[in-house]
Amino acid sequence: MLDAPEGYTTEDGRKIGGVVMEMKNITLRFGGVVAIKDISFDIREGEIRAIIGPNGAGKSSMLNVISGFYNPQEGEVWYKGAKRPPMKPYQVARQGIARTFQNIALFDGMSVLDNIMTGRIRQMNAGLFSQALWKGRAEREEVENRGAVEKIIDFLEIQHIRKTPVGRLPYGLKKRVELARALAAEPSILLLDEPMAGMNVEEKEDMSRFVLDVNDEFGTTIVLIEHDMGVVMDLSDRVVVMDYGRKIGDGTPDEVRTNQAVIDAYLGVAHD
Amino acid sequence: MPDQLIFAIEVFLNGLMAGVLYALVALGFVLIYKASGIFNYAQGVLALFAALTLVGIMEGQVPFSHLINAVFGTEIHNFGFHVPALLAIALTMVVMVVLAWLVNTLIFRHLVNQEPIILFMATIGLAYFLEGFGDIMWGADIKKLDVGLPQGINGFIDQITLDALGYGFFIDNLDLVATAVAALLVTALVIFAQYTRQGRAMRAVADDHQAALSVGISLNFIWVMVWSLAGFVALVAGIMWGTKSGVQFSLSLIALKALPVLMLGGFTSIPGAIVGGLIIGVGEKMFEFLIGPLVGGATENWFAYVLALLFLVFRPQGLFGEKIIERV
Repeated sequence: MLDAPEGYTTEDGRKIGGVVMEMKNITLRFGGVVAIKDISFDIREGEIRAIIGPNGAGKSSMLNVISGFYNPQEGEVWYKGAKRPPMKPYQVARQGIARTFQNIALFDGMSVLDNIMTGRIRQMNAGLFSQALWKGRAEREEVENRGAVEKIIDFLEIQHIRKTPVGRLPYGLKKRVELARALAAEPSILLLDEPMAGMNVEEKEDMSRFVLDVNDEFGTTIVLIEHDMGVVMDLSDRVVVMDYGRKIGDGTPDEVRTNQAVIDAYLGVAHD
Repeated sequence: MPDQLIFAIEVFLNGLMAGVLYALVALGFVLIYKASGIFNYAQGVLALFAALTLVGIMEGQVPFSHLINAVFGTEIHNFGFHVPALLAIALTMVVMVVLAWLVNTLIFRHLVNQEPIILFMATIGLAYFLEGFGDIMWGADIKKLDVGLPQGINGFIDQITLDALGYGFFIDNLDLVATAVAALLVTALVIFAQYTRQGRAMRAVADDHQAALSVGISLNFIWVMVWSLAGFVALVAGIMWGTKSGVQFSLSLIALKALPVLMLGGFTSIPGAIVGGLIIGVGEKMFEFLIGPLVGGATENWFAYVLALLFLVFRPQGLFGEKIIERV
């Protein structure tokens, strides 16, 4: 079923589409260190794709390759049926790939609302001069985008902090604001780098719910990195498993769970 | 009304006007600092360079004429035409944008993620380079700048105060123009920073580079834009100060007067730069007027700096600066 080119339907009845992004034989080196070695996998439209693996396996590097923060030395990234040339991160973002960071990267001095508004940059087209000269269009654009942002604020239940400077928020809420900013871009692919790291059980449950709701409500394709195996198995449709920069498993949570190489990587192998 | 009080009011008004001119210079600092975290020591020289270029273009001066003449033994100085003021200002702005692009491409793009002190040192280098470059390009002589701004005593104010109070206030027309221009400039800049896409992107870049990239903001574009804006503000300040006291090397030293203004207003606040400028302007004039005679005068030289020192001790972020938020 996973090989069907037009996509498939999950057990809970969600429609997964065709391949939206494909990584082909990606190799990424930092000097002599090989962070990613010859990895290939695809991402289908509307699915929740997890990347898991022990510390230092190269998961975040992989995410950085997708979002253009790193350009791999070898291999190709295919996006929406076309090969992607080496790009700057901001160019990738403008193509509709939004992300969050492992160590939250928000604009601390700005309010929650302004932070989320920066996510709308892709949707705001009035140029510098038309903003200065042609007030009407810029104003209409601002109002429209503000409307979209308010919807996201409602959706993620952060109405009460919309005017608060982000620097004052507790960790869990910051994570949620970062998700909101990424969502504001109406991305076709949303990359989440450890969205639940450092959260307590309750916060994790909230975040899991939001991830599922986002996927359900907007049909957003989500790629996420997570350590908590329970969370990964519950959330994701398909899982890539990495270890020491290599791919050691790829499939549904059940397939991955029973994969011997994965079990070895996580639990260790007895040497005799 | 007692003479003393009337005179005090006149001093107060003149202080306000002087403050506006300080604020104009301080604005350039705030812009760059807000968007890139760089304290731009070269802002004063930028104003000098802008004024030099403006005069040069208006007079139809051949750039680098001294150098060309020295190397080739020629005797060329002028193209022999004069450029109208408005066109010359537009052309100067083009030069400032090119300069902004060069500054970003040749210097600051290579210093991304460096310590603030290193960026600061780079701006000192830029200041000295630009100073010499301006000299070679346009010559080191004192120039007169006249873009057609009104100058001299404002007859209207003189007349009505004379009729009403029996004493005519001396208010310079140029100061009035400077006030109007500054008000316009600040309004435009605040609206720009708070309510436009690029303004928001500018604040975003100042806060976090990675996050800015991840939402699709091009750092280079924003930096060139910010340096161009700073160049624009420098041009306005250069026109005002240049018209007032001639275009010469000492123009670059007005940057020093902007420092206490920044300490008062906060490095990150555009309205702060204005209020800070006004407080310094009024403060030093009134202090000189009221306390000066008691301590032997010449208080204008140090008043601003002492005030700034007090602020550093009791309110380091300035009146309007962003609060330093830190969660532990």
